[in-house]
Amino acid sequence: HCPSREDLWVREGKILNPEKLFFDEKGSADIQLDCKDSIIAPGFIDVQINGGFGVDFSLATDDFKSGIDLVSQKILSHGVTSFCPTLVTSPPSLYHQVLPQISIRNGGAHGAGILGAHLEGPFISKEKKGAHPEHCLRTFEEGAFQDLLATYGSLDHVRIVTLAPEMKRSSEVIQELTKRGICVSLGHSVANLSQAEEAVQHGATFITHLFNAMLPFHHRDPGIVGLLTSDKIPAGRRVFYGMISDGIHTNPAALRIAHRAHPKGLVLVTDAIAGLGLAPGRHTLGQQVVEIDGLNTYIAGTKTLSGSVATMDTCVRHFQEATGCSVEAALEAASLHPAQLLGIEHKKGTLNYDTDADFLMLNDALYVQATYIAGEQVWRQDAWGM
Amino acid sequence: MKLIILDTYAQASEWAAKYIRNRIVHFGPGPGRFFTLGLPTGLPREHPESYHSFMWNNFFKHIDISPENVHILDGNAPDLQAECDAFEDKIQAAGGIELFVGGIGPDGHIAFNEPGSSLVSRTRVKTLAMDTILANARFFDGDLSRVPTMALTVGVGTVMDAREVMILITGAHKAFALYKAIEEGVNHMWTVSAFQQHPNTVFVCDEDATLELKVKTVKYFKGLMLVHNKLVEPLYSMKEMGAEQSQAKKPYSD
Repeated sequence: HCPSREDLWVREGKILNPEKLFFDEKGSADIQLDCKDSIIAPGFIDVQINGGFGVDFSLATDDFKSGIDLVSQKILSHGVTSFCPTLVTSPPSLYHQVLPQISIRNGGAHGAGILGAHLEGPFISKEKKGAHPEHCLRTFEEGAFQDLLATYGSLDHVRIVTLAPEMKRSSEVIQELTKRGICVSLGHSVANLSQAEEAVQHGATFITHLFNAMLPFHHRDPGIVGLLTSDKIPAGRRVFYGMISDGIHTNPAALRIAHRAHPKGLVLVTDAIAGLGLAPGRHTLGQQVVEIDGLNTYIAGTKTLSGSVATMDTCVRHFQEATGCSVEAALEAASLHPAQLLGIEHKKGTLNYDTDADFLMLNDALYVQATYIAGEQVWRQDAWGM
Repeated sequence: MKLIILDTYAQASEWAAKYIRNRIVHFGPGPGRFFTLGLPTGLPREHPESYHSFMWNNFFKHIDISPENVHILDGNAPDLQAECDAFEDKIQAAGGIELFVGGIGPDGHIAFNEPGSSLVSRTRVKTLAMDTILANARFFDGDLSRVPTMALTVGVGTVMDAREVMILITGAHKAFALYKAIEEGVNHMWTVSAFQQHPNTVFVCDEDATLELKVKTVKYFKGLMLVHNKLVEPLYSMKEMGAEQSQAKKPYSD
């Protein structure tokens, strides 16, 4: 993409080709809005967000649905127009209770669209559990895919599953999930590069928060990080990797190394937790208690990072600053790349004709001024006045 | 004719644009009173570089013209000659062309009126000369086999009926054509020469396009630039209130 000075045409919730309108239909605009020189970009897509504003997606409460609604509504102001509610490692009972309450739905004035759930765990490595509770970790040695299905209950509204590929029988599981159209992500794992490559060959396409909860890069065994430049990726496929660019999870230098090695695979995620948008202090993350101090979020009493409280637009700005990349590259990392990861770039993540009209108006410093879903303004900065 | 010589391509373009702007403002178009701008026709519809895309991206999307007021010859029409005849009728219906703006080919053609075209021709189907096909190859990735060999075009006679004609000529490769058009006789081998018999013609060119002209011709017209530049000054109706007033000038006539 490259930025150009253009008019954006929208009709019935989709981006319209004005040339066709002009010549074929002899139509012209019914309403014209002056965007005051803002940058118009596709809406952000957050594929890893655990909750926010006091809501924890991994906690089964009576009003779980209104919790999801609250988060989906609040993140509009961060520029997020679609997201994947993420559940951390939890006991099966929680999945059985909560998953049926997450439904895939379009966004609108009520909030950002839900693309499906992201299940991060419980099939992850003990050594790299991070903030996930050890007693809930599981393996699928016995029944492979059936074990997974039994744990989660239903995969109907699941979009992404994060697992550790070094676990026995992971290849079968990855293949089965991929066959069902579910994106498989590698994370919270001690896999070496060949195990990771094998997982990719069986269908894995994503890496959950690169660098965090995996073996560090080593020059004789780069581990999962090596996927960024691996030559064993099947032709025509691309490995994407999530990065939490809040300035805490990854040193800016590491962020730059990853970006330079594989710029087209970088997907910005917030990995935000319930404390997002709230005052510092204690909050929950599934079965754990988390302490928030500024942008730092640790398991209470430890120095283990657990999620973040950064907003998506903060991540975009920090990413652009740290890497010095172009504005459009930073915006693509939060919109086009997640759309490509989920295979929905024909509908979302771009401003191409006939795609969903989910877009943002940003000022030059990349602060969101207004958010639009399906062509309707669903949020705007008060001072902006449009 | 008025021969306007500017130093560079950019300056020639700007002068031409301001001139057209002034003409439109001076004409004062309104509902039912059309300023009919004539432009030469181009390539077939479906090609990405097609005339429609070109006109949309370079012109229509930047102005507030109503789509009903845009008339483009349709190269995909079932009966091409009927399409051409209908086009002539539409021109009449709009009150005739007020200003026709065109370029010149290296072989001296106006629109697609190739060498040998009748100087009184009307809108019709034309077979393109090899020169034109070569020139158009750049729109088809240099693949000559894909360049259309026929086009619908307004005729020389059609353009002669316009109340004013502006021809833009830039670049050294057009120099010989310009020489033939204005310093030699009227000749159907260099169809632009027909405009020597039009009462209101403006040729706008850059320095390079004058390379084949007599030094005397170039000096004469450059000397007139002081007068000609008054044609592109902002008209009184376009100046701010309270700013220095100047009289509205009717276009200078030969």
